[in-house]
Amino acid sequence: MYEGSPRLGWRKLTFCASGFVSVLLFLTVFLNDSPYALALPLPTPHVRAIPAFARKYGMPCSSCHEAWPKLSAFGQAFKDNGYQMGNDRDAPIFQQPAYWPVTFRMTTFWHRESVNRMQVDDPTSTTGGQMEGKVTTHGFDWSGLDFHTGGTLAKNVSFYVLPSSDNTGAFHFETVMARLDNLAGSSWLNVKLGKFELDNLLSEKRILTLTNNSGVYQNYHFQPATENTSLFTFGIGDNQVGAEWMGHSKDDRTRISAAVLSSNDGSPGLPTSRGYDAFLTASQAFEVGSLGLQRVGVFAYLGQAPTYFQFNEGGAPVPGTGIGNKGFSRIGFIGMWYVKKFDFTTMYFHGSDSAYLGTGTPANQPLPAGAQNPAWNGALIETHYTYNPQFIIINRYEAIRMSQQALPIVAGGGFVPGVSVPSSNFGDIDAFTIGYRYYPFISSRAGFAFHNEYAWVRQRRTSPVNFLDLTSSSLMFGFDFAF
Amino acid sequence: MALALPMLASAQQGESHVGKLSGQAAAGKQLYFRYCWGCHGYRGDGNGENGPYLNILPRNFVAATFKCRSTPTGTLPTDEDLYNAMTRGLNNSNMPSWITLTAQNRADLIAFIKTFSPRWKTDKAGDPINVPAEPAVTLDSIKHGKELFTKLECWKCHGPEGHGDGPSASTLTDSNDQPIRPYNFAAGSRFKCGATNHDLYKIFMTGLDGTPMPSFADVIKPEDAWDLVHYLRTLQVTRKSAELALWMSSKEGAEVVNAQKIGGTPTGSGIKQ
Repeated sequence: MYEGSPRLGWRKLTFCASGFVSVLLFLTVFLNDSPYALALPLPTPHVRAIPAFARKYGMPCSSCHEAWPKLSAFGQAFKDNGYQMGNDRDAPIFQQPAYWPVTFRMTTFWHRESVNRMQVDDPTSTTGGQMEGKVTTHGFDWSGLDFHTGGTLAKNVSFYVLPSSDNTGAFHFETVMARLDNLAGSSWLNVKLGKFELDNLLSEKRILTLTNNSGVYQNYHFQPATENTSLFTFGIGDNQVGAEWMGHSKDDRTRISAAVLSSNDGSPGLPTSRGYDAFLTASQAFEVGSLGLQRVGVFAYLGQAPTYFQFNEGGAPVPGTGIGNKGFSRIGFIGMWYVKKFDFTTMYFHGSDSAYLGTGTPANQPLPAGAQNPAWNGALIETHYTYNPQFIIINRYEAIRMSQQALPIVAGGGFVPGVSVPSSNFGDIDAFTIGYRYYPFISSRAGFAFHNEYAWVRQRRTSPVNFLDLTSSSLMFGFDFAF
Repeated sequence: MALALPMLASAQQGESHVGKLSGQAAAGKQLYFRYCWGCHGYRGDGNGENGPYLNILPRNFVAATFKCRSTPTGTLPTDEDLYNAMTRGLNNSNMPSWITLTAQNRADLIAFIKTFSPRWKTDKAGDPINVPAEPAVTLDSIKHGKELFTKLECWKCHGPEGHGDGPSASTLTDSNDQPIRPYNFAAGSRFKCGATNHDLYKIFMTGLDGTPMPSFADVIKPEDAWDLVHYLRTLQVTRKSAELALWMSSKEGAEVVNAQKIGGTPTGSGIKQ
């Protein structure tokens, strides 16, 4: 680096900034020991940032990522084009024979998790009574391991396979797909088949926050608290199994996609349903002078889920024989707004489920008295300040509000499955996250980030014994690295 | 006034002008150190950390020698030339298309790139060459182009059939002393500096500075240049074009083109089994 390089200044500044914010976050939580804590047990994110692509094309990660793993417009176009630059160097034949398109990613960290009202045994009870207790734990830990393999099999034939483990080393396939790109020479004809992330503009797989409470978007996974999630589990942020057509303009300003998916929430082996869902997206970007590229979009997931199994064997359901399908929908509007180094993502979300799904009632049985289709509205605002490619501050707030409960409201009561809920706001969620990521170096070979974050989630009236507000929090700092 | 002129020149070096857009070097600097430095280097000298691994070295902005120009050989390109190259990307190199960046971003980057070389302080961009309207494609123009291809010795580098395998091909080096391959017309891929007949005309009338491809502006007349364009299109036997279709409608053209086309084999290798 030469003396006039701005990066020297950036490094000093970003290092100071990262230290300052780190101390601030630490003090905020430790000195205050917030009474709000913990949250819903949420899946570990399988976040994507692919140094293998950077190595293939010899480009720094900052080209494709505003701050990895969050994609830039250039990175989004690269992905939409089938992991190709379109410069005649895309086919594997242009790589050294030893080139192997594999990246691993892992995170080592310290974290503190707290739940304000967890169900625990009541030590004073002689009859096995339960009570609620605040549970806080902290210590050093590590994440699961992701092995990303992806790229091109030939010009305009791409693939992505992602074996992913939890932090015990138990692997599953998070992504398995192949894609025919630019069919008939048109960027509007791309077809993929397999298990893949839905074409979400706000990608959960590229989320910048990593804790138990913030590693997924609440809106993407929300289900009313009255539902029986043993048979119906769904998340728009979960990778799904199916086929997708996607098209985009050459400059990627216009994007559109439609997918047909098996109704099994991305699980392999058709465990429950023989039904099919649909996911549709469309978005348009436009330039606003020196402010940057703005994008607005819409998405809709229209699905169905079984409510009971057609057959049992030895008392256990026969997999794949779920019937009595009932519908559900998720619809959202999204805006991604850039004001130079600031960017804001705003999202409105509306969800609705059949009353059968909402109350966990098999379709061959009568609905509970007063049952109706649960419906809710959600909002998200995520703000980033990208000081430079090496330093980003992240803030997110999500709110989910039930507009219609599936079961009658009995004020002062608790949640009685199949009968009543305690309040109109039963299950409402507020989630707040603040953090930053500092990348000490940017290269085309590997990625490393110092990550510091605090997240807090409150779900109304869902504590397990007294039906009070259930809150949880996470504090985390650690190293996030990929090679 | 004497003091004002250098100040004006300095201000112009930190700016670019592309259509109605004005790019600013200060804004371009941030973008450069996000997107470009990995190949083109911190100093803009093409010695980025990836430079050694690329088989066509990244452009050296300090030398300010550019292949894709609308200006005569040896002159600086216009801002629009640089903007177009960035937008389009350079085929057969690692330089991708940056069309996904906003137009303002690209203009800002051009402004910053121009700060690397002192040439932008002392020299003006050349005046774009005049490209006359393209005449209609005829068999005569194609045949005349073919004669010019031989007469101007294009075949020495590009090969008699345009496969990039002429007798001089293996000896060619660029201004970085790196081996460089002549364009293979039969591949049918986009030209390095554009895709249209207009772009092809400009390529051999301005030359690709920094490569062995010279300018023919002083050698052939504009109407002859268009004949050469029409013939060169017929060498792209894997790419549909009006020139190729017309050429194949003649007995001579059909024989030449069909001799180059080998297909129908199970592996696509062209080797009959």
